[in-house]
Amino acid sequence: MSATGIGASVRRKEDQRFITGKGHYTDDINRPGQAYAVFVRSPHAHATIKKIDTAAALKSPGCLAVYTGADVAADKVGGLICGWMIHSKDGSPMKAGAHPALASGKVRYVGDHVAVVIAETLAQAKDAAEKVGVDYDTLSAAVDVATAQSNGQPQVHEEAPNNTVYQWHLGDKAAVDAAFAGAKHVTKIDLVNNRLIPNAIEPRAAIGEYDSGTDSLTLYTTSQNPHVARLVLAAFIGLAPEHKLRVIAPDVGGGFGSKIFIYAEEVICLWAARKINRSVKWTGDRSEAFLADAHGRDHATHAELALDGDGKILALRASTKANLGAYLSTFASSVPTYLYAPLLSGQYNIPAIYCEVDGVYTNTAPVDAYRGAGRPEATFVVERLVEVAARETGTDPAEFRRKNFITAFPHQTPVIMAYDAGDYDACLRKALELADYGGIGARKAESAKKGMKRGIGLSAYIEACGIAPSAAVGSLGAGVGLWESAEVRVNPTGSVEVLTGSHSHGQGHETTFAQLVSGRLGIPIEQVTVVHGDTDKVQFGMGTYGSRSGAVGMSAIYHAIDKVIVKAKKVAGFVLAVPEESVDFKDGIFSSTATNNTLTFPEVALQAYIAHKFTGAQLEPGLKEGAFFDPTNFTFPSGVHICELEIDPDTGATRIDRWTAVDDFGELINPMIVEGQVHGGVAQGVGQALLEGAVYDKSGQLVTASFMDYAMPRASNLPSIKLAMSHTRCPSNPLGIKGCGEAGAIAAPAAVMNAITDALGHENIAMPATPLAVWRAAQKSPTKMAAE
Amino acid sequence: MYAFQYHRPQSVADAAALLASDSEAKILAGGHTLLPTMKQRLAGPKTIVDLGHVAELKGITKSGNALVIGAMTTHAEVAGSEVVRGAIPNLARLATMIGDAHVRHRGTIGGSVANNDPAADYPAAVLALNATVVTNKREIKADDFFKGLFSTALQDGEIITRLSFPIPGKFGYAKFAQPASLFALVGVAVAQTGSSARVAVTGAGSSGVFRQTAMEGALGKGWSAQSLAGIATDAGKMMSDIHGDSAYRAHLVGVMAKRAVAQAG
Repeated sequence: MSATGIGASVRRKEDQRFITGKGHYTDDINRPGQAYAVFVRSPHAHATIKKIDTAAALKSPGCLAVYTGADVAADKVGGLICGWMIHSKDGSPMKAGAHPALASGKVRYVGDHVAVVIAETLAQAKDAAEKVGVDYDTLSAAVDVATAQSNGQPQVHEEAPNNTVYQWHLGDKAAVDAAFAGAKHVTKIDLVNNRLIPNAIEPRAAIGEYDSGTDSLTLYTTSQNPHVARLVLAAFIGLAPEHKLRVIAPDVGGGFGSKIFIYAEEVICLWAARKINRSVKWTGDRSEAFLADAHGRDHATHAELALDGDGKILALRASTKANLGAYLSTFASSVPTYLYAPLLSGQYNIPAIYCEVDGVYTNTAPVDAYRGAGRPEATFVVERLVEVAARETGTDPAEFRRKNFITAFPHQTPVIMAYDAGDYDACLRKALELADYGGIGARKAESAKKGMKRGIGLSAYIEACGIAPSAAVGSLGAGVGLWESAEVRVNPTGSVEVLTGSHSHGQGHETTFAQLVSGRLGIPIEQVTVVHGDTDKVQFGMGTYGSRSGAVGMSAIYHAIDKVIVKAKKVAGFVLAVPEESVDFKDGIFSSTATNNTLTFPEVALQAYIAHKFTGAQLEPGLKEGAFFDPTNFTFPSGVHICELEIDPDTGATRIDRWTAVDDFGELINPMIVEGQVHGGVAQGVGQALLEGAVYDKSGQLVTASFMDYAMPRASNLPSIKLAMSHTRCPSNPLGIKGCGEAGAIAAPAAVMNAITDALGHENIAMPATPLAVWRAAQKSPTKMAAE
Repeated sequence: MYAFQYHRPQSVADAAALLASDSEAKILAGGHTLLPTMKQRLAGPKTIVDLGHVAELKGITKSGNALVIGAMTTHAEVAGSEVVRGAIPNLARLATMIGDAHVRHRGTIGGSVANNDPAADYPAAVLALNATVVTNKREIKADDFFKGLFSTALQDGEIITRLSFPIPGKFGYAKFAQPASLFALVGVAVAQTGSSARVAVTGAGSSGVFRQTAMEGALGKGWSAQSLAGIATDAGKMMSDIHGDSAYRAHLVGVMAKRAVAQAG
């Protein structure tokens, strides 16, 4: 291992820029002649728009234009799309309502886009926006996913009767029913996976720019996948042909999924730029982020586990209602279906699984992928189920898990996934040891002496990462392929630019991708620059989400480097005057058994460009190679997290005392960055379990619309994390890596809730386990509940 | 934010004159309530009078048996003051619990008391310690100052200049923070002077900070956490929101009161 190659905890190259304020975010960009857009948003969750009066706004000082849904329709601007087709049980395609960039006739959630006002300055745009008169006929709202499908509920879209977008299922229902019929014990639980608001530190922003000279458009935007944005904006929304549209996603300050999607504001800024022939900038404020960024999770699930007399799992079934919000966001349909149910086997040998999912419209903000996307929801179901089953059968929860672990690989689950590699017991053993699992009894007794309730909870998670291969996702309804691309450009002096179709918005790609190049080409890491986020520089790519950039994006770079090395060896052969086959390349040096002379990588790079030692007929000059990588399978990171906490029954306050994580991410590129990813993921998972929860009132107003009421995790809410790694190599990519970006957020909620219910002695509490919820639950002793 | 005239007077008299010139003028102290409201265009004062450069409003002194804190003293200054720590140590500790580091370095004691947010920490201390609110026009006893949610005895144009806290025998403050905002979901301040006790509750009451007189009576007879056992707080007078219903808040008043007494020693 070289000091800056794979496996080294290299300090993040990008941090100097970020921590000294030299990052370059969308809002830092200002274009000549730029105007400012402000969106008039619906104050109602559900209303008919009777009339929009823009006259006063247009007369407001500095106002350049006011557009409404009628203008968007008149210009035939395509609606926002959902890029993953889901079919219901009966074979019918999902029932999606239209999703115009500005509301047409009706508003469907608080924050819905009604009009855009564009003015010379931001203050003038705000002034003018206040003068847009909108006459609404308010309607009652469907807000709660549990009841939105009932008869008589307000209808969000005519196209989806009873607000039902689809009734999807996966698995063999007959086999599951038969297994349950023969079960010795059945565990049943009802779970809510609480709705989350992403809250990336950088709010969304967009600048649309029109060049009338070339009739081309440029969009600067906060995107995790600029090429996909360009494809959608060109091919579906129809703003410009793909070759006349450039999308630039510069530094992006966090995404967590919320910046995957193509949003109305991006469409409108771009469309309006052409209309007024001026650059149009919009920067969302925090209130807009709360209201109109795609939210995450929001499932209501009933799940059951069938056991035989030996505590072996026979079957699992789950029925989930998934809130999709008022419109289908870009990948909304896939998250509670194919990113969820295929993970319901967890780490366990479960012979039969059946899952039904209803996708439901409500008068709330659209819901789409959020860190983990479907897999945290699945892990929460599986890990709460096995924990409760262990408790009900009087089995130690760790032992119950071990008894049911998958131990042989590859393993085909009954729900699509073929797990390729893993050692689940190794993670469990290590985690139990690090957590001093055996000492929990004594620690509980110590806490009890202080009047505190201590609990411990395990979460043995699995995830399917990489979000690829293309053929697999295509067969499941995805509208795109999910490979990744890379180009390695070697300069004549031997420095290297790596162009990647993935996108870094906090993950550290500028460091980890450079490590791969540095290690393989034997050049200093300072000689490597990673380029991403600009469709004019990088030809195409699928972006970053689903922990795919390492496993898929870096694998593409790996293959491009392979090609560079092949070409460089040819060059070296000519320069050394030896047969190409005799040239060896190791640690940055080209050598041959046929000569004592050697060449460094920069020397060969220079020779490739000056091309004095070979003719064009023998070899093309230059040193630049590209690759597209499409893996053979998803990757399957796994691990065990153990949460130990103490509850103060007098106040309901929960303090996490210990956190142990043993993760198997396969090979690690940069252990320091991996640890950071786990820490951040655990923080978000703890946030979901203890603090965060989007609350809408009955009328559809967002109660938690600011940080005054929406509680994000702070450092003081988090324990010091004891983290260890287990390694089984991933066989489906050349680097053997599985991905680590979501694991913490996937594992943590179940670990916390298993610990809280252990401390309470009953299961009667839902996330977020706020002090109020815990205090209420602590009033109910297990014996009192049994008597009720 | 709407456009406004920004004024930076150097004296209380100049500030008062500016306030007199516009009945809608707003005083800018730490700005932690005013500025977010203005940014969201929920308030649009035409005149802002920044007291940040009025030297006579700053400083902490011990004067006889009173601790006197200038209105424009920040929470961080109170938290770090040796004078406060010597006179009423748990008042300094209270200041460390307000908001976060940014808030504590901008927010001021005068601003907090004048705003009388029903979940702010200082009003509980001012009421429990029987402090005097000194303005440019008069002195107002704490019992007469707090008039309900965001409402005080201050008249238009009246400027708090300092707070005078009689130094008690004992003082404690226990706070259960609202998880999102870190304001008090329930905060209870207890003070003992001679044999009499005062108990003030913030965060919980539907009319803002209030005195829990039953607890005062019990602590007056015997200053100990045990004295408070069984003393209920009327849930009917408590606030209710997603972070705490009225029953929970009423319960927490009892828990926090006991912890405040234990802290006071």
